[in-house]
Amino acid sequence: MSTLILLIPLLPLFSATFLVLAPAFNLTIPKPWVARMGVGAVGAAAVCVAILHIQLKGQTNYALQFTYANWINVHSFTINFGFYLDALSLVMVSIITGVGFLIHLYSAGFMDEDKDYQRYFAYLNAFVAAMLVLVLADNLLLLYLGWESVGLCSYLLIGFWHHEINNTLAANKAFIMTRIGDTGMALGLFLIFYLFGTLDIQAMQLQAQSQWQTGDSMITLCCLLLLAGAVGKSGQLPLQSWLPDAMAGPTPVSALIHAATMVTAGVYLIARCHNLFELSPLAMECVAYIGAITLFIAATAALVQQDVKRILAYSTISQIGYMFLALGAGAWSAAVFHLMTHAFFKALLFLSAGALIFSLHHEHNIFRMGGLAKKLPMVCVSFLIGCSALAALPLLSGFFSKELILNRLLEQEMYSLWLIALIGAFVTAFYSFRLFFVVFLGKATQEPDRNPLKVMVFPLLVLGLLAIFGGIQPKGLAVLFSSASEEHHNLAIILFTIAVPLCAVAYAWRVYKEGEFGSPLPNPEAKKIHRFLFSGWGFDAFYQKRVISPFIAVTKLNQNDIIDSLYIGLINISAKLHRFCSQFQSGQLRWYNNSLVIFAIVAMTWVIIK
Amino acid sequence: MIDPDYIVFFSLALFSIGVYGVLVRRNLVFMLISIEIMLNAVAVIFVAASSYHGTSDGQIMYLLILTLAASEVAIGLSLLIHMYRRRHTLDVDQLSNMRG
Repeated sequence: MSTLILLIPLLPLFSATFLVLAPAFNLTIPKPWVARMGVGAVGAAAVCVAILHIQLKGQTNYALQFTYANWINVHSFTINFGFYLDALSLVMVSIITGVGFLIHLYSAGFMDEDKDYQRYFAYLNAFVAAMLVLVLADNLLLLYLGWESVGLCSYLLIGFWHHEINNTLAANKAFIMTRIGDTGMALGLFLIFYLFGTLDIQAMQLQAQSQWQTGDSMITLCCLLLLAGAVGKSGQLPLQSWLPDAMAGPTPVSALIHAATMVTAGVYLIARCHNLFELSPLAMECVAYIGAITLFIAATAALVQQDVKRILAYSTISQIGYMFLALGAGAWSAAVFHLMTHAFFKALLFLSAGALIFSLHHEHNIFRMGGLAKKLPMVCVSFLIGCSALAALPLLSGFFSKELILNRLLEQEMYSLWLIALIGAFVTAFYSFRLFFVVFLGKATQEPDRNPLKVMVFPLLVLGLLAIFGGIQPKGLAVLFSSASEEHHNLAIILFTIAVPLCAVAYAWRVYKEGEFGSPLPNPEAKKIHRFLFSGWGFDAFYQKRVISPFIAVTKLNQNDIIDSLYIGLINISAKLHRFCSQFQSGQLRWYNNSLVIFAIVAMTWVIIK
Repeated sequence: MIDPDYIVFFSLALFSIGVYGVLVRRNLVFMLISIEIMLNAVAVIFVAASSYHGTSDGQIMYLLILTLAASEVAIGLSLLIHMYRRRHTLDVDQLSNMRG
């Protein structure tokens, strides 16, 4: 079993390395083989995971730890290459390899005409390998290695079409903003090692539970620093504004990295360290409030976007906000469960959006689409499933996970957060069906010039099924997090939470029927609000004004480098001295004679006088 | 017996003339002659000292200096001739190849 687990990240890593190095050795791989290699490696990893599932069948409480090699060994500081597999990492690994495989398969069709086919698959495979290391790592440093590597791959893939300056800028933005969070996380790692003397996740948490009081300020600081990393990676307030821009990358990349896997790494990190977070009520509260505020801001911003991918990006931020909310409420298993269902339906939505864009010649604006239901029935159906799951309509996968989160909030008597979550659910349902109605119903304005390829349809099919039937919580999760059993449900409240998204859909239908989507706004007040929401609550402008501009001003002040001027002064002085001294080396024999004689006279006089 | 002071002053004067000649003259021949003058100044003081102390050490030294001066002139002059053939000048300023 230990080799099996080791194989899971190594297969994509091997494929990525091969694809990267092949051109260096003048090895040209024919295009079909590039696809076979890239997709096959992830597929093989998925098969490994499936075998793991079979081997662990029936067991609910398992935790496997394998150490493969020694990485760093300095005095008492020992870091191993070790993997840790329990229900949480198994769920994550399944999502990454399963959804990852489908998206790889889809990419083979989507990127068919791109000339950088090989580079694309190399990056994508490298990403999957890094993500697998992240979720399997048994110590925080190895996790951090994966964490940074996925950041790198995300950067490379956002800027994949680097000929356009905007894509490169978006990639830079994503990289720099996540780096801010990562710095906090690195500090958190230092602090954890300082406090516990180990970075092994399980040992660290055991020690924390046995030796530290609940609510200790050091533990809270640890948690908040880890939270900073999670916030940056997962696009939560206040570091959320990179995610909508990250849509500059190819659509399958958005599906894999910026919807299904990488952005949920923050959720995974907090769930992985949940024993630590449980010791700090303050940090938990921060997590919950960050989640709640983010979900509301992002949901309202998604209401007014016109770019199909930006709508989905904001909705991703908002859904991860739900996960953070659940984490903050201590509903660990519900958060990971929502992570799983979200991976299914959001990947489905992104891939359908990709199919849409593929068929419409890179058209992103939803108001220039319309009436596509008949022309692209397959895409329409998968979009409908995805939107319904996103809106948490009853009996779809998103419904069960969201229901669990809302329930938990009520149990914890966090009524204000529950209310925000409910409003968020209403808005979510509203904007997802706004998207659906505008794109697929009404008058046809554009003619799709090609149909999605077969390799693209298959992943849509599978993900569609998963989005419908994926609402079964993995048993191991509930056991791992020892969450309270199914409690007394208040029927009225359940009906109410079911009714909210349905009302939203009905309302969206009414608004659509009256043709108010996309029509010009009547008064300047509404226009102002629209603009405010459209810019994602003006965070970019705010950061530009309050952070970037002052920073640039400060750097301008120091443009000539104050410290450097000291050294430049030294250089000038020694140059002048040199010029002065070199006058004496004139190369004239008589000059030398003269100085010799003068010196002799002076020296002798001095000796005699003395 | 001449007063030793006179001899010392005479020698000093001779030496100073030699130094002056080396310093101001540009022509290598004259510089060589000036060096000879300086050597002679030293020789004079040796001889004077030997007669003052009543020993013969100084006079032996004088013979040594004489030999040295002769060989020096022989080599120096031959070098000068060689130099003149190559460069057609004996001006030290012009002969200088060193760049300051």
